[in-house]
This record gives sequence, structure tokens and C-alpha cells, in this order.
Amino acid sequence: MSLGNLDELYREIVLDHYRTPRNRGELPVPPAVRVEGFNPLCGDEIALYVEVHDGVLTDIRLSGHGCSISQASSSLMSVAVKGRPLGEVRATIERFKAMMTVGETGADAAPSVADLRTMGELAALQGVAQFPVRIKCATLAWNTLTQALDEAAPSA
Amino acid sequence: MTSFNPRRVRADVPLLGRVINDRPITYLDSASSTVPPRAVIEAMDRYYSLRHANVHRGVYQTANEATDVYEGTRADVARFIGAPGGADEIVFTKNTTESFNLIARSWGAANLRAGDVVLVTEMEHHANIVPWFQLRETTGIEVRFIPVGDDFRLDLSEIDRLLDGVRLLSLTLVSNVLGTRNPVAALAARAHERGALVAVDAAQGVAHDVTDVTQLGADFLCFSAHKMLGPTGLGVLWARRELLEAMPPFLGGGGMIADVRRDGFTPADGPAKFEAGTPPIAETAGLRAAIRYLESLGLSDVAAYEHGLTERALARLDGEFAGRVRVIGPATALDRGGVLSLDVAGVHPHDVAQVLDQFGVCVRPGHHCAKPLMRRFGLAATARASFGPYSIDEDVDVLIDALRHAVAMFS
Ligand SMILES: Cc1ncc(COP(=O)(O)O)c(C=O)c1O
Repeated sequence: MSLGNLDELYREIVLDHYRTPRNRGELPVPPAVRVEGFNPLCGDEIALYVEVHDGVLTDIRLSGHGCSISQASSSLMSVAVKGRPLGEVRATIERFKAMMTVGETGADAAPSVADLRTMGELAALQGVAQFPVRIKCATLAWNTLTQALDEAAPSA
Repeated sequence: MTSFNPRRVRADVPLLGRVINDRPITYLDSASSTVPPRAVIEAMDRYYSLRHANVHRGVYQTANEATDVYEGTRADVARFIGAPGGADEIVFTKNTTESFNLIARSWGAANLRAGDVVLVTEMEHHANIVPWFQLRETTGIEVRFIPVGDDFRLDLSEIDRLLDGVRLLSLTLVSNVLGTRNPVAALAARAHERGALVAVDAAQGVAHDVTDVTQLGADFLCFSAHKMLGPTGLGVLWARRELLEAMPPFLGGGGMIADVRRDGFTPADGPAKFEAGTPPIAETAGLRAAIRYLESLGLSDVAAYEHGLTERALARLDGEFAGRVRVIGPATALDRGGVLSLDVAGVHPHDVAQVLDQFGVCVRPGHHCAKPLMRRFGLAATARASFGPYSIDEDVDVLIDALRHAVAMFS
């Protein structure tokens, strides 16, 4: 049987990152900074470790627990931002959040095909925007990353 | 077999005719809120169409009729729970939560001093925990917990010691997470021997079995209309008459006074003392219809039916998933209500509920406002399925089929 738009939510890449999360673990603090994120709705909790050197996010680790969407989103995020200059990381955060607001603001705000292409595997989370209650699950790691960057490199 | 027929109840509940994601709705969230039969909806409609007016002190016909609805429901509630002192012992509140806040802020603040103990259980809803913590901040009382054992029942091995210094034992009749039905009458007797009073959270009890405050040995009883086929926005606090008479008012304003002068006020007598402002009136019309509906079903028949339904569901969940789906609650239906909190290995409750929704199955993921209990079992959340008098074996069939998909999808 078809599970309808459930297949849009639980894409194979999403399930893969849920089952086998990348960059799990911790980093010594300092030099890393550690920031916690919390989603009271489903009890998702993450602890995010980032290390920044010379304007580059050199390393990232995640620990905690949560639903498939929050876990997959944090895993996909860690892959997308690791080793990137902070400017690029911040731009990726913005693009990801824009992708998540489509459900709320309508198709006009939808990222173009070109935009989605630049998002790589992150585009697999696009379907989440159709499930308003799950958007917070997907954005938890990203909001926590913003916080971590503000702490690790306040001026960047 | 009894004459109780859940299919007749289903036919009476319009919402159960809905189609969700191209499938007939499978409503398994009655522990959160029950869905009302037409009789309840129509009673409220009729009230607004024909009788609506503010209650009390009205002279004209509809005002008298509205007052009759409101006060008549009070009498029906008193009969429904066997209140020995009748309607004067029934206070209308917003919900169970407000009823507990009323006990804490009125009786608690007036009677409890630093060091006095309020004994609750580890399986309480936050509604019966947080008001006591709030009172602790202002009075220095101690809030103590009866632990829950690995069998998902109260661990009473230390109960004598736990009852030391207790002024109030406040506990749930049926857990909204585990389904456990607590031995309230026996515990109330122990508490009374030690000079304590007993408050009972009957939110998960009133729609599923006969409730009798005297048999329970309760001094206070709290419940919500929306968990007994009635409307949202209306709850009940029952308390023994002499307790209510001695308790100071809760909220202040119109309706709760006998007199107001420039130098102060005199509170009203009776339940009105605790009912400040215009109350939910249409909702009492709904509650009255709900009570009559439940009485017409026969609540001991409903209890026997739900017992069998729960027993079969527990056996099937145990049999179908080879341990992959764990029920967080007693394994048999003995002293247990129809609440099935599921922990599916490798699938987060939020994802379970999401997949189930695709099948039209309504279950609730989360901590169910019982975080101390969830912590006790090392869980952040469960996916909870729960029954009402309209639940049937086919609901369990659909649930199990949908759970199979959830398990397959994430393995
Ligand atoms: C056992 C129990 N107590 C209290 C409550 C609170 O009820 P309400 O939200 O209607 O105040 C609930 C329901 O959520 C419950 O299940």
C-alpha cells in the first residue's frame, strides 16, 4: 500500500541518517564549545559541540536523543557544515530554515530547483515542511548551531 | 455478556464517522479527551438556542431556565459520584487541573504549615504535582512521593514510613500513562488512621467505571467533563461539606460574594464561594447529558467491557511483535484501565504517532504530563493508545496493522 506523503517525510536518506547518525559524540571543551538544544514537544534533546579555527568550522559532534526527523536533521547538518568557512555555514543555516518555512508561507517562498541542488542531501528534509508539527524537530539542531556559532565566534 | 453495546455508542458519536487520510478514523486518544455523543452536542446546542442567559439573580424566564440547567447539573454530578452531602458539595471548575489548584490554594494554604507533608505518587499527572510544589514555595510544606515499582504499580513496602507527618494523601485513581488502577480505598483507610485527608484524581476513572466517593474513602475528588464524553472547559471538585464550608474562597470577583463593602467582602455560602465570575453554563448542559448518557450505558457494564477489550489488546500486542513493542504498564488487565503506553524499539513515539496518523489512527506521543513517571522508567516519551466506551477490537486491529508498518519502516 502507499503511505502517501509519509514517504515524502521519511525519505531513504533521512532514515539512513537516523539509523546511522554521522558525527555522533563529544569534543573536549575547550577548545570546542558545547550548546544544548531542547524541544519540549517531543522531549528531543541534543548537545552540540563545535570547534572553530580561523573562521572555519573545523569539527562538529552531536549527542542526545530524539525522533527520526531531529536525529536525521542534525546528522545531515553536521555533514553539510563540517570543514566549511563560517560565512558558508551561516548561509546554509539560512537556506535550510527557508526550506522549512515553505509550509507556512506557501509555495512562493519555496526554494528554486537551483537552490535545492546546492543543498545536496539536505534537500531530503524538504518534505518536513508539509508537516507543520515536525518542523521544530527538523530545525532544533540548526537553531542550536546558530547559538553555538554565536558563542564560538561572536564576531563572525 | 452484558447488554452493553459499543457499536451503539459509536453510532451516537459523530466524530467517529470521520475519514482521515482516506481511512475511517480510529480514535485511540480517550485518555486525552473523549469524543462526545450527539446527545451532549445537542444539549449544548439546545441550551444556546433556547435558554441562554447568565445564571443566578435573573428574574426572567430564560435566566431561570439557565440557572436550572446549571444547578440541576450540580445535583446530577452529586448523584453520579455518590456525594453524601448532595449538590452543595459540588464545585464547578475549569478542569481537573483547576480543581487541584483550588484544593492547594484554598484548603492547602489555610491548613498546611512548614514541614507538613503532602504525599503524592510517582505516577501523578503534573496537575497533582505542580500545585503542591507551588504551595511548597510559599509555605515550606514537604511534597513526598510514593514510588512506582517495576511492575508499574505503587510500591507500598514503605507506606507506613511514607505516611509519617502526612496531612494530605493526593493520588490518582487510574494512571493516565500506565493504566494502573490504584488501591485508593485501602490507602485512604491507612491515611485516615494517621489523621490525613485524601484527595483523588478521578480524571481517568469517571467515564470507565462507577465512581463512589464514599467507597473510595475520598475527602476531595477531581475530574474533567471532557474525559467523560462531555465538553471542554468544565471540571468538578467534590469535597466533603464541612471541608468546603471551612475553606477560604479561591478566585475573587462576582458570584462568589455575599456582600461587598468599601472595607471588605463576605464570601458566599456553598459552592458559589469558589465560582467567581460567569461560569461555563452551556458546558454544564453538556455534562448533564454526558452523565445521563453514561448512566444509560451502565458504567459497571462499560467497565467489564473495557476490561475484556484491554485484556485482548494486551495479549495481542504481546504476541504480534516478539518483544519489539513494549507496553509500559501492568501486563494484565487486572486492576487496570484501557490505557496502553507503547514503547516501540528503535522508533521514536513521535514517529510512531506520525505513521499511525497515516492510517487514521489517533494516538498521543509524549510525556503525557507525567514527567517524574517517565524519568522513573528512563523514557522521554511513549505513544499512548487509550480506550473509551466506543472502542472496539477492530480499533486494535487497525492499531496493530499500523504499528507493523511503523516497525517495518524504521528497521
Ligand atoms: C490523571 C489525570 N489527571 C489530570 C489531568 C488533567 O486534566 P485537565 O487537563 O482536564 O485539567 C489528566 C488529563 O490530562 C489526567 O489524565
